[in-house]
Amino acid sequence: MKPFTRITSVAAFLDEDAVDTDIIFPARFLLLLDKVGLGKHAFHERRHKPSGEKFILDTPPYDRAQIFVAQKNFGTGSSREQAVWALVDFGIRCVIAESFGEIFFANCYKNGVLPIVASGEKLAAIRRAAGEAQEITVDLPSQTIQLADGTAISFDIDPYRKNALLNGLDDIGMILADDIEDIRAFEERQRRESPWLYLGADKLSHFDDLEKENALG
Amino acid sequence: MPLTLYDKIWNQHVVKDYEDGGSLLYVDRHLVQEVSSPQAFAGLKSAGRELRRPDAHIAVADHAVPTTDRSVTLPDSLARRQVARLVENAAEFGIPYIPIRDRRHGIVHVIGPELGFTLPGTVLVCGDSHTCTHGAFGAIAFGIGASECECVFATQAIRQRKQKTMRILLEGERPEGVEVKDFILAIIARIGVGGGAGYAIEYAGSAVRALSMEQRMTLCNMSIEAGSRVGMVAPDEKTFAYLEGRPLAPKGDEWDCAVEAWKQLVSDEDAVFDREVVIDVSELAPFVSWGTTPEECAPINATVPDPSREVDEARRAKMQRSLDYMGLKPGMPLSQIRIDRVFIGSCTNGRIEDLRKAASVVKGHKVADNVAAIVVPGSAAVRIQAEQEGLDRIFIEAGFEWRTSGCSMCVAMNDDRLTEGERCASTSNRNFEGRQGKGGRTHLMSPPMAAAAALTGRLTDVRQIGRNQ
Repeated sequence: MKPFTRITSVAAFLDEDAVDTDIIFPARFLLLLDKVGLGKHAFHERRHKPSGEKFILDTPPYDRAQIFVAQKNFGTGSSREQAVWALVDFGIRCVIAESFGEIFFANCYKNGVLPIVASGEKLAAIRRAAGEAQEITVDLPSQTIQLADGTAISFDIDPYRKNALLNGLDDIGMILADDIEDIRAFEERQRRESPWLYLGADKLSHFDDLEKENALG
Repeated sequence: MPLTLYDKIWNQHVVKDYEDGGSLLYVDRHLVQEVSSPQAFAGLKSAGRELRRPDAHIAVADHAVPTTDRSVTLPDSLARRQVARLVENAAEFGIPYIPIRDRRHGIVHVIGPELGFTLPGTVLVCGDSHTCTHGAFGAIAFGIGASECECVFATQAIRQRKQKTMRILLEGERPEGVEVKDFILAIIARIGVGGGAGYAIEYAGSAVRALSMEQRMTLCNMSIEAGSRVGMVAPDEKTFAYLEGRPLAPKGDEWDCAVEAWKQLVSDEDAVFDREVVIDVSELAPFVSWGTTPEECAPINATVPDPSREVDEARRAKMQRSLDYMGLKPGMPLSQIRIDRVFIGSCTNGRIEDLRKAASVVKGHKVADNVAAIVVPGSAAVRIQAEQEGLDRIFIEAGFEWRTSGCSMCVAMNDDRLTEGERCASTSNRNFEGRQGKGGRTHLMSPPMAAAAALTGRLTDVRQIGRNQ
């Protein structure tokens, strides 16, 4: 995972509550099998309006924005991680919003994207700076957002997630390196106490008659 | 210390607590589908990692599959490639894959319980936000992203922070014509689409105890529409009766031991919840959504709300955008909104009881001219059961199309989708912009309400439809 330390960029913005992951990444593109190259489908419907009206991510200087400022409940809805992959592919590394859909929020961290919760005057100041196309600096080590006028806005982050972002670490590597013995011990105890949670050959024999996928010919 | 249901299951699954406040949570069950798994399997392969516990996963393709003629092979398409990828991955990693034409096929959230794969007291995950459905059995069940699916494949565990808890007490008697779909829409209208964020919801109260397992699944299913990844109901005799004899449920002595353990899975009487919401269901009416978020819904006898009366600026702007997208004018009675399509199905409302209720409204009537209506059973088992009961004939004779199992028009990844501007009465869970097809307009409601709309061609109070016995 690409480490996140400090970025400086203009910030694109979308003044809408409840921008769901269907808006960020419409379902018909979920048929694609890769993580890369999804940026062209980000906000697809908003970027291809019949009116020809341009979406902010296609409007210079916001087309090179690495920061995205949203409002309440950004990324609500579907768990599709494609929403984050599409933003990453577009170049977005940080999303600042009043609140987030929880699964989207978690997915951000898995992909080197920093989601920041800000509200009230803090969010308003960031939004103003975004509207003026100011360069905004997001500094993770000091947990501050620096505006062009010198305003410094602090933000909170889970210390584990901060460390993972700073060092580009992924959960799987860390769990396999540090916790696998604990998992093994847990399984031994659980298997003893709640054996029905482990599907043995007897139960799995229910699937013995599963055929090949004939729909593929 | 008194514990909530959530606390108890959580505590039973903590592998370790980290110093930073996070926990490593053990995962008992993982449902795998075609959309959220390809990248997870690819990550596993590229890192050369093993899948830790093949017996803890079941794979099925539900999102992208056609619901029309299943006897033909899938045409060369992105959907075919996605299904083929799941087939290959399941074979490579040794997990059961349920083919599209199999009698056990269906939407992950319908077949998990049918198979007895979903059990009380488990932690169950799936790369799909409606995984909260399984909480109806007294499980901590939640949707995860593809990276987290990869983590579960490799480690059978997942890093989590414990949620706060919210109890939603549903009391009173359910009025005639009011369904559990109306309960959950009313809850979402009350607490908002972000109201449950950060919380694990437990649904309790006399009106919840009175619900069947399928109704509890509908209730828990839309917890995510209230912002909460986790919604749950304490298991009881109904839960045990539903599960007994299911293929993957415990048997014999093991069953007795399991039931004893499951009986402990209730919130202690003096357990404290971080938030409590009480709703008297006896005051509810059938709900329909009018906007583009699930909180934008109202009783069928209401009118389209007027944004100019909303004092909060952000809410006013959101309402106006919703009305513009939905093509609605303030003050119009909801029951005058004409529809083009009807969709009965989904992991929310695609089970046998849903189809029975819809059929009882439809029986002896005809679908209105200019309305195209489909029924998509949530699983092959639901379809077979419905056909045994003759429900398929009722729907077909009324003018519905009778389809095969899948997510269908709830997610519009196959050919079941709305075209620009089309308006649909839908039993699904999301009325987001474009959710049922680009430019499509969705009104969420219960199966009987969708059936009523099919007959009249407009949003309709089902209580005003005459029943033919």
